[in-house]
Amino acid sequence: MKTVYARPKLLKEADFHYCPGCGHGIINRLLMEVIEEMDLQGDAICVAPAGCGMLLYNYFEIDVIESAHGRGAAVATGIKRVRPQNLVFSYQGDGDLAAIGTAEGFHAANRGENITVIFVNNGVYGMTGGQMAPTTLLDQVTTTTPTGRDAGLAGHPVRICEVFSQLDGTSYLERVAVNRPAAVVKAKKAIKKAFQRQVDGAGFSLVEILSPCPVNWKMGTLEACEWIDEVMVAHFPLGVFKEVPC
Amino acid sequence: MKGSIQIDRERCKGCALCIDFCPEDCISLSDDLNLKGYFVAAFDDSKECSACRHCALMCPDVAIEVSKS
Repeated sequence: MKTVYARPKLLKEADFHYCPGCGHGIINRLLMEVIEEMDLQGDAICVAPAGCGMLLYNYFEIDVIESAHGRGAAVATGIKRVRPQNLVFSYQGDGDLAAIGTAEGFHAANRGENITVIFVNNGVYGMTGGQMAPTTLLDQVTTTTPTGRDAGLAGHPVRICEVFSQLDGTSYLERVAVNRPAAVVKAKKAIKKAFQRQVDGAGFSLVEILSPCPVNWKMGTLEACEWIDEVMVAHFPLGVFKEVPC
Repeated sequence: MKGSIQIDRERCKGCALCIDFCPEDCISLSDDLNLKGYFVAAFDDSKECSACRHCALMCPDVAIEVSKS
């Protein structure tokens, strides 16, 4: 028997704390697969967020620094500026990047820092129990929008890729999903491309990943994956939003 | 070419995504509880696994290893 798929060596033995069917585990795995394939384990530095991804240092066999809530891109900026030879990426959720950390993410992008942001968009504040996030869809029911998100009261869902694409400092922006096997393969390619572009000195890259959160969406695991295709993608279309030749 | 998978039962959380995305219907949810208290996924060796890796690609807990002969 020949092994055709095995757990990446850069994932530690610890079991993920994520809920059953959560997309974070898939994304964690893809990141470590890509870093392993690019042979960057000695050079990669991850900036972990506040939120469901905050325990990344328990899972990644690379250097991980915890940042204050939302400040991932600012911390990554500091690390990259003093250690430009390292691959520096922040891992941020939608509450982290699109709410409390909007200023840090936006301005790091606008300055064209040569870092990569892995932006996990599951439309809710996962860790704290499924409250409305800036990316929550209109009419989506959460614990703080029990009758659905109302634009008049709570505004509209923020499209980070589209907003950042207007900033001259950004170099590569793509939105992918991890809700189907083919989508997962595509997500991995996007992460690899973003990392390669950073290695090549191309500037700020961000990969937004639509990720299922079945527990807080109050759906079955398959239903959550289907909901991404059927509902979420209509507001957050997949694709490359910017790719500046490098 | 015949494939097979090994499921790490203590990592499995019974989310069933491997079952839902297996095109050959090789995996099912067993009646076995692991130490975490989840009913774990189980592989049926009598089915025609093609080692397509869909289960491993979708497993959020990286609990599946795929091999083929």
